[in-house]
Formats: sequence, structure tokens, C-alpha cells
Amino acid sequence: MRKLWVVLVFVLLANGLARTTINYFSFTTDQNHVKDLEALIAAFEKENPDLEIRYTTAPFDSYFTKLQTNLAAGSAPDVFELNYENFVTFASRGTLLSLDPFLRQDTSLNNAFYPAALSAFRQNNIQYGLPITFSTVVLFYNKDLFDKAGVAYPNANWTWKDVLSAAQKISNPAQRVWGVYQPVQFWEFYKVARQAGGGLQVGPRVQIDTPANREALRYLVDKVRLKVMPSDAEMSGVSNEDMFLGGQLGMLYSGIWMFDKFSQAKFKWDIAVEPGGIRKATHFFSNAAVISRTTKHAEAAFKWVKFLAASPATVKTRIDRAWELPALSLAQRALFDAYLKRPLPANREAVFDSLRYAITPPVVENQSQLQDIINQELEAARLGTKTPEQALADAQRRVEALLRR
Amino acid sequence: MYERGWRRTLTLALFLGPSLLGMVLFVMGPILASLGLAFARWDLLTPPEFVGLANFRALWADPEFWRALRHTFGFLLGYIPLVMLCGLGAALVLNARIPGRDFFRAVYFLPVVTAWVAVALVWKWLLNPGYGLVNHLLGLVGLQGPGWLFDPNWAMPAVILTSVWKDTGFVMAILLAGLQNIPREYYEAAAIDGAGGAARLRYVTLPLLAPALYFALTLSLINSFQVFDQVYVMTGGGPAGATTVLVERIVKNAFSYSQMGYAAAMSWFLFALIFLSSWALTRLQRRAL
Repeated sequence: MRKLWVVLVFVLLANGLARTTINYFSFTTDQNHVKDLEALIAAFEKENPDLEIRYTTAPFDSYFTKLQTNLAAGSAPDVFELNYENFVTFASRGTLLSLDPFLRQDTSLNNAFYPAALSAFRQNNIQYGLPITFSTVVLFYNKDLFDKAGVAYPNANWTWKDVLSAAQKISNPAQRVWGVYQPVQFWEFYKVARQAGGGLQVGPRVQIDTPANREALRYLVDKVRLKVMPSDAEMSGVSNEDMFLGGQLGMLYSGIWMFDKFSQAKFKWDIAVEPGGIRKATHFFSNAAVISRTTKHAEAAFKWVKFLAASPATVKTRIDRAWELPALSLAQRALFDAYLKRPLPANREAVFDSLRYAITPPVVENQSQLQDIINQELEAARLGTKTPEQALADAQRRVEALLRR
Repeated sequence: MYERGWRRTLTLALFLGPSLLGMVLFVMGPILASLGLAFARWDLLTPPEFVGLANFRALWADPEFWRALRHTFGFLLGYIPLVMLCGLGAALVLNARIPGRDFFRAVYFLPVVTAWVAVALVWKWLLNPGYGLVNHLLGLVGLQGPGWLFDPNWAMPAVILTSVWKDTGFVMAILLAGLQNIPREYYEAAAIDGAGGAARLRYVTLPLLAPALYFALTLSLINSFQVFDQVYVMTGGGPAGATTVLVERIVKNAFSYSQMGYAAAMSWFLFALIFLSSWALTRLQRRAL
């Protein structure tokens, strides 16, 4: 009996010593998907008995503080997630490991990814990350409210004008029903500016205060003035998603990550490609898995990154569990069949149609400061403490000062 | 137990060691490090780099910093008179022999020991313009309540009111202790000399309460320079940046903008501000008393 114990201890020890541990930080894993991540890890460890994944999750708001603290303390996780906007900062500060040597060896990944998602995580022609998910924003609409107002449903050919006229017919503030909700913030603004034929430029030259951008901001804030969109006080802290779910909004600009939540709606709803101005433009959000430059287990880390980004197990889990979309090439349409066949919303093709107009936001090294400045000025315009023209002029001046620093 | 010399020193070191070690490692260390960082640029990702006075020059030129400083002083000017008056009023009433005195003392002190986050969340709900209790009550007497936290002009007053509500009990506790130290004989003597209630307050209570008043004032001043939790939870510095304050800027610059050096410089500016104003207040007290 004693011998058996000794043998057992040795086996366990040997096993434990032989296993390489990969530390992994994730913000895309919220509480609904922790079990899914654990299932993925189990599948990965089964394929690679010598590897062990130890994960840490944090919500987006606190994730980057945690990550930076760990990097500063010299205890960087081997593999971590970055969104497109923060990727630039981390890549340009030399914290990431180039994936090119691995990608040259492993040709199975050629053409596997959605091209825009893959190139988003390349800097100075070096690939630093593999995209693991993507998402976009579409126009959600409440069919019941459209029927009640006798308005035809939105389609891919709609423009701003159609949105405003439908919203005016649907709105009934006395009954606490509004035609539309479109957030007035950085994300919406750079997109709507493009729809107006302008755009945000923060490169060597700052272009924020331009005629087209002014028109875009007027369009965004006018909805409150025309009473087709609820004001902050009217919303009283209820989120726009909850208002839509409560049947109080005819149309809502929101992300495809809301499908799950809206599936409990007590009314009929669907989605459409977002209406444009003089041209169309839609969001493209993507998250990637990257490897820390200081990792001691680069090969093993890459295996896990590849598994997270492109393995059939991950693709299936993400689609089955409505856990964002894998950022794989649409040429592999069969992969997305399960996604398209899910019942709500009916027009799931709009998700992929949207990608045709996808644009990416302007990104600078001090991204969060840039966004805070622009958000503050947009909010002032929305609350009416500044005119849209003033707000954009101030934003232009402040961003110029920021980038000079 | 009563040894002299090195044995005694050793015993003392043994007992004090753990807490001193913690103090040095986790309080003094970071404080000194932040003094060094104030003269460096550090983004947490690459090693710090000495930049001399650049952070302080940037501070001087940063309109965001000046705006936060203005808001901090705005908070201070609204908060201090109100909290001192309410605290004094509560202390005077609860020092008198009224029924349920101990109960009310506990009640007024309760907000002080409640966590700021909980208080801020409850007040956020109370002040909600759509379904909050405050505007509902104002509506009952025919007043249209403002948008409070959603209105750039009313957000700071709302934060001030909440802070006064929470800290009144703290000022009250200090002043109550001060009141109980005033010998009863003085009041009796004043009454015999024909002093009424108002005269007793003016000529007996207030002069003898002055040390406690100065103490409460100094603490409130320090607290209001450091105003943060309530702003962070209730408004996050909004709407449209109407309630940004110094500590909120420090946290933003350190943890959102990755400008540790700049944030450290701002912290030391805040330290100087608090140090100088407390020192001035002490001088004033010495001259007055």
C-alpha cells in the first residue's frame, strides 16, 4: 500500500512538472460565458495534455487597469485579449510578440480570417494578434410599433431622412414612446460623420471641425430637439436597450451582441443594415488574442491563440452559445450556417451585409483621452450647453493640444 | 517585561516590526515613489523616464486641470458652510435634554459609517428626475424639480447636498464632544447675569466651542479637497464634464490615460494645497484664540 502511494505521488509530480501553464486574460468572457470558456479550455487541454490554461477574466472597464498593472509588475499573462482601439498602444510600446514566425510555419491559417479583422491587428507590417471575434452595429426595429404607426419596415436602402420621418410618425412622448434612439458618443459620431461624407481625422492633421462633421452632429442631436428621441431626464437612467425591450423605442442603433437579450421581447422585432447619409458606413469591432513579448512559452501560447481564433470547437461554441461571432473569412459560409438559421432576428443576413460598409475608428496612442474629450464635447452638444458648431470647434482645439503634447 | 537596554529594544522591535514594515512597504514606499514619479513620464508599459518639471508645466497649461480645480473649490464653497451649519444645529439640538436623544444621535451618525458607494447609489435613485422621491415630493408642493445629475447646472449641487447629508453626523459628533466639555457652571453664571438663550449661545457656547469648530472645519476642508467617491459613483465627472474634480482627474490620468507621472504631479499639487490651507487655518485659529 505504501509503495502504491509513493508511485502515485511520483506520477502526479512528474505530470505536474511536465505540464506548461499558460496564463490567459480575457474581457470577452462575461459571466454568461465562463462555463463556455471552461469547456473550450477542457477541449484544448485534451488535445494538448502537456499544456494547462489558467484564465483570469475582468469586465472591460477594469480589464486594462489590471492588465497594465500586471505588465508593469513584470507578471504579464502569456496570452491576453485586446480590442482594436487599445491594440495600437500595446503594439507600439513593444509589449507584444510578433506572430509572423508562427504564421510562416503554419499555413493552415492562410485565408482563414476575415481580411479586415486580420489586418486590424497588424502594425508596421507585423502581425501581432489573431482576431477571435467581431461584431457590428445594426438598426433594430420594433415591428409592432411600425405597424401601429402604419410605416413600412426599414430596409437596406434607408437613409437618415427615412429614419427621421418614420421616427416622427412613431413618437408619442405622452405615452412614453419614442421613434428612435441613437447614442451621441464617439462611436456613433465617427461613423455618422463618414455617412455624412466627412470623417474624423486625428493623424498628423486633426480634422474634426469640418462642414460634413457639423452636419453629422446636427443630425445626431436634432433627434432630441425634434422629440423623436428621449432626453436623459426622460430616460432617467434606464438604458436604451431596456427601453427598447420595454417597447418604448421604435428603432435602436445597437450591437449584434444584443440579440440574446432582445430574444425575450414581448413584441415582434427585426434588424436592418444601418441607414446611411450620402453614403453608408457601419461599425466594425474586433477583439484579438495576442502574446506577451516576455512569455517563456511562445509556442504553447501560439497554440492557444490559434485554438481561440480558428478551431472548429471555438467556432461552434461561439455560435451555439451566442457568444460573439468568430472573425473567420465569410468564404467559409458553412461555418456560419448555424448562426444564420437561429430564429431571432429573421434578417441575420444583415449582419454580414453590414460588413460591406465597415469602417474602423481613428486610433491614436492616447486613445482613451481622445475619446473622453470627444465624448465630453458631444455630450455638451446633446445637452444643449454648446451648439454643435461650438462643440466641434472645441473638440478640434482640445484634440490638437492633446496630440501636440 | 521591564528589561532595559537591547532586550527591551528587541522586544519593542518584535512587536512593532510587522505593522511598521507594512507601513513602510505599502504606505511610505508608494508615497516616496510617487514623489519621484512626479518628475518622470511613465506609461506603465515602458520604463519611467526622467523629465524634470515637465509634468508640472503641463499641469499649469492644462485647462482640464484648472476646470477640475474650479469644480473642487465650487464643491468646497457649497459644502463647508452647509455641513458646518447642519452639524452645529444637530449638535445643539441633541445636546439639549430632549426625548429620544441617544436614538437620534445614532440616527444622525449612521450615514457617516455607511459606505460612500451605497450612499451615492441610494441618492442617485432618490434624485432620479423620472421616478425619484425628491422630485416627487417637490411635485406634491407644486415645484418642478430639476434634472439633478442629468443637468450640468444641477449635478454639483446634488453632489454637495448628498455629501452634506452624509457628513452632518460627523461634524455633529465632534461638536457634541466639544459641547459636553463646556462646564455647566458657565451657563448658570450667564443665566444669573440675565443672559437669554441667544446671548448664551453667542457669548458662552461659541467661544468655548471654537477649538472643536476649528477641528471640524479643518477635517471638512481636507475631506472636501479630496472629494471623489460620491462624484465617481454619482456622475463619473459628467454630465459633459460638469463635475470633474482633482482626485477624479488623478485617477483618470493614472489608470485610464496611463500617465502615472502626470497623475503623481497632480497628487503632490493636491498635497501642497491641503497642507497650506490646513496650516493657514491653524495660524488663524492661534491668532483668534
